[in-house]
Amino acid sequence: MVDLTTDLGKGLILRNPVLTASGTFGYGEEYADFVDFNKLGGIIVKGTTLNPREGNPYPRMAETPSGMLNAVGLQNKGVHYFVEHIYPRIANLDTNVLVNVSGSTIEDYVACAEIVNSLECIPAIELNVSCPNVKQGGMAFGVNTEGISKVVEAVRKVYHKHLMVKLSPNVTSIVDIAKAAEASGADSVSLINTLLGMAIDAAKRRPKLSTITGGLSGACVKPIALRMVWQVSKGVKIPVVGLGGISSATDAVEFMLAGASAIEIGTANFIDPSLSGKVGEGIADYCEKYGFTASSQLTGALLTD
Amino acid sequence: MIISDFTLVEIQKWTKVSLLKLQCEERLPNILPGQFVQVRIDQSPSTYLRRPISVHNVIPENNEIWLLVQKVGKGTETLCELPVGSIVNIVLPLGNSFTLPCLRCSCQAQPTDYLLVGGGVGIAPLLYFGKVLQTQYNIRPTFLLGGRSQSDLVQIDSFQMYGDVYTTTEDGSAGEKGFVTNHSVLEQMTANKGLQVCCCGPKPMMMAVAKWAYAAHLNCEVSLENMMACGLGACLCCVEKTTEGHLCVCKDGPVFNINQLLW
Ligand SMILES: Cc1cc2nc3c(=O)[nH]c(=O)nc-3n(C[C@H](O)[C@H](O)[C@H](O)COP(=O)(O)OP(=O)(O)OC[C@H]3O[C@@H](n4cnc5c(N)ncnc54)[C@H](O)[C@@H]3O)c2cc1C
Ligand SMILES: Cc1cc2nc3c(=O)[nH]c(=O)nc-3n(C[C@H](O)[C@H](O)[C@H](O)COP(=O)(O)O)c2cc1C
Ligand code: FES
Repeated sequence: MVDLTTDLGKGLILRNPVLTASGTFGYGEEYADFVDFNKLGGIIVKGTTLNPREGNPYPRMAETPSGMLNAVGLQNKGVHYFVEHIYPRIANLDTNVLVNVSGSTIEDYVACAEIVNSLECIPAIELNVSCPNVKQGGMAFGVNTEGISKVVEAVRKVYHKHLMVKLSPNVTSIVDIAKAAEASGADSVSLINTLLGMAIDAAKRRPKLSTITGGLSGACVKPIALRMVWQVSKGVKIPVVGLGGISSATDAVEFMLAGASAIEIGTANFIDPSLSGKVGEGIADYCEKYGFTASSQLTGALLTD
Repeated sequence: MIISDFTLVEIQKWTKVSLLKLQCEERLPNILPGQFVQVRIDQSPSTYLRRPISVHNVIPENNEIWLLVQKVGKGTETLCELPVGSIVNIVLPLGNSFTLPCLRCSCQAQPTDYLLVGGGVGIAPLLYFGKVLQTQYNIRPTFLLGGRSQSDLVQIDSFQMYGDVYTTTEDGSAGEKGFVTNHSVLEQMTANKGLQVCCCGPKPMMMAVAKWAYAAHLNCEVSLENMMACGLGACLCCVEKTTEGHLCVCKDGPVFNINQLLW
């Protein structure tokens, strides 16, 4: 039996390294017919902000080769609605439930994180400082070291459980950003969020998204994500959670070999809604085949000589 | 909801449209008229996401569904040309449904008759709707089906099994010439206050039908076709702005009462 237990530190222990990525798995309930939640290390729910957000106008999605652009813009009913109506329904799912905390001002991040801190069944937050789809804020914090230090330090003061910080790939040096997050008190970093991209309908001479630009995700971003996970894991001591285009157990293993302690499945949930429930077993199969007794041994086990 | 491999057992091709009959090994869940499926189209980076397609008919005893697919791009072209025996991975059933009469309640506002208006490949969900109305509710709906020309009007024989069929074409090659909203049969229908109008087709057509139904004080539902990614209500990509804010066409729809919409 391969041991899949994944300890990300500060009380966040997963039964296996598989998480579902924020914004691609709803609140988990949408996938209840396809996935046994006890096959997941955890679920990261939709981006949650202090106040309700309408999100961006339609069209918010455009398919691109082996991927998609989205410009959802953090549509959600706000953290108070989450606490009152959604949390009671999902608190007792047989897996870890993490909240993706988003915002556009430091005060909003702090207020939202403080509220989530009081929720007993939420062992961690993923701080989204990297969403490309909100006008001010979001990514503004995630694109330079001062911004990220400020927001992570402020949230750290009010959030006492596991604080995972989600990084934007739309930066010159993601390693510097990751180091700043670590120095400011992050317990782990997850990467990557979507890459800023654009699609045009030539026949209509118009952008395909209402916001003109949007976030690229899916299989096409995997090589970039893998490279960034590799670089960041060399640069920080805290655990790295890898994501970006993971579409199979083999993809997941590749991220772990590059240095990830856990992984998230995002856009691939749309193509195979049952995928996330199968990846844990796939990682175990790989371990068995190649002589690893625990999946944690995969982290950084890439041979480069 | 299930995710299952279906085998293409029969395909019938017209110029722009194909009818696919697909069977799976599993017992099908109950499928409601107006619901849709998400079809996986393999082997191409340009068809990365699944494609939403309406349920055209269900043969529960064979675990069989029918899809009516019109070629508009890579994905639908691939589907329309699949060889018999192909395996097609499908997630179903998705979305809400058209409003059916309630057999248990006796409220006055119950629809007693149905006018099902379809344009182009938007006729697809109406066949199964008509079948359910006739076989489960003993109601023979009126179908009003429109197309650009005769070649758009497919499956007419099948529709005739479940109701009276009227047609229009823009070029006059079949039925009355013009748009569905110009058809003479509509005149006699406005007086029937128990009439429920249900419409699926290109947006300008649905807007015209909605306008007509609104003016005639008839209850009217339309089925929207926003771009989708997940089809499960998880990604919030497919939203339509409504009186209740942004709603997901894939989960809160695809069927909406026209009073919910801002058109
Ligand atoms: C709920 C629902 C039910 C549907 N039912 C049917 C059906 O029964 N039969 C059928 O043939 N089609 C149906 N459609 C439309 C079908 O999903 C699209 O035509 C298909 O996704 C296009 O894929 P493609 O790869 O062929 O085209 P692409 O290469 O992706 O696009 C080609 C062109 O088609 C347009 N297009 C793409 N997606 C859509 C869409 N969702 N709606 C309208 N235009 C689109 C694009 O703007 C582009 O111009 C339905 C859509 C929805 C949302
Ligand atoms: C439709 C959609 C919505 C998303 N919403 C969020 C969000 O609310 N918060 C967040 O941190 N990331 C969000 N993301 C980014 C994903 O969590 C993930 O970082 C990204 O898609 C890359 O992984 P993937 O290629 O496996 O999808 C969203 C992605 C998509 C496609
Ligand atoms: S397509 Fe994802 S929410 Fe509708």
